Amino acid sequence: MNLLESSVLIWLVSAVAGFLGALTGLGGGVVVTPVLTLLFGVNLRYAMGASLVSVIATSSAAASAYLREGFSNIRIGMFLEIATTLGAVVGAFLAPHVPSAGLAILLGLVLLHSAYLSTLPRRPSETTAVADALAERLRLGSTYPTPDGDRRYQVRRVKGGFAMMTGAGIISGLLGIGSGAFKVIAMDQIMRIPFKVSTTTSNFMIGVTAAASAGVYLHRGYIDPVLAMPVMLGVTAGSLLGARSLAGAQPRVLRLVFGVVVGLLALEMIYSGMTGKF
Amino acid sequence: MPALDQHKIEQIIGVLLRAGVALAVLVVLAGGVLYLGRYGEEPAKYRSFHGENAHLLSVAGTADAAFGGDPAAIIQLGLLILIATPIARVIFSVFAFAAGRDRLYVGITLIVLAILLASLLGLVQAK
Repeated sequence: MNLLESSVLIWLVSAVAGFLGALTGLGGGVVVTPVLTLLFGVNLRYAMGASLVSVIATSSAAASAYLREGFSNIRIGMFLEIATTLGAVVGAFLAPHVPSAGLAILLGLVLLHSAYLSTLPRRPSETTAVADALAERLRLGSTYPTPDGDRRYQVRRVKGGFAMMTGAGIISGLLGIGSGAFKVIAMDQIMRIPFKVSTTTSNFMIGVTAAASAGVYLHRGYIDPVLAMPVMLGVTAGSLLGARSLAGAQPRVLRLVFGVVVGLLALEMIYSGMTGKF
Repeated sequence: MPALDQHKIEQIIGVLLRAGVALAVLVVLAGGVLYLGRYGEEPAKYRSFHGENAHLLSVAGTADAAFGGDPAAIIQLGLLILIATPIARVIFSVFAFAAGRDRLYVGITLIVLAILLASLLGLVQAK
């Protein structure tokens, strides 16, 4: 296969990944790395670099749509970005010292977790009316639009959320993914921020987190322009199309199917890592 | 800062991000067409990890080569523009919080900016 053919093929696969990722809310970047390594035999670290770049593209492109709706909380996002960017830089510095097999297995486990989440119905957890002292001092509470007008919410367990966000950042820097699932857990489950605010703020944060490790990746030579080009263009086109056809709906069957595909990729990734194929 | 102001700021940030992505896509696309036009017939090899060409590891080196017409450098320049979009958002937020006389969040945003720039500093100092 020559470079033109493989570029077109990688563009197509990335576009499908971006489309399904946006449609199911799992994010397109997360499946790009296993597809590139398992199907195209791309080196894991190049695949991670290309995935990281496409993560920034989807976050920045989608953030403008979410922001207009007034869901995302810029204070919460900015405060927690201290944790995610620090974690991301640490993760990116650690990445070269972790053997590829270890990274592959870790990515497989993260994917398995994403696949498991995608099969669960989205149940918003209980929100809270009482802020903890730190949330009060940081003025993290805000309002979000509902059909019955703006509703106020408060934020709890800021320290726990901050710790979880540091972990999300490390995973992001290690694997070149957005780790949006972990960010949502930190905000939704730990800090009791309304689900819709959590997901949109998470998406907003992903780009900044990824930019923090992108500097390190670029310097290390993990971002190969020839590979990143079709991946970035494909994921961006696919996810924009996916976000447009989403229109607020969460197609349950599609989520299940995509969850199974991601799960299988995850198992293959873990198996390949354990049998020393990386 | 009043809630209305914050929503206004978020709208401006949204436009900023989208424009950055659009510009990055155009530059990457242009570089990609040039690159494939020149090297498209060659065999694809993504298998081994050997690090990218040294001049593409720094912002200055990438920009120099890109304006010199090197297709790979033009793609890399587009990727740098993309990486810059979230950083531009953070810089913009510093001013937005400052305009709202929100010292606490000016401080928080400056910390995030410092971490981002520290990461990119490795870029600025070419190896």
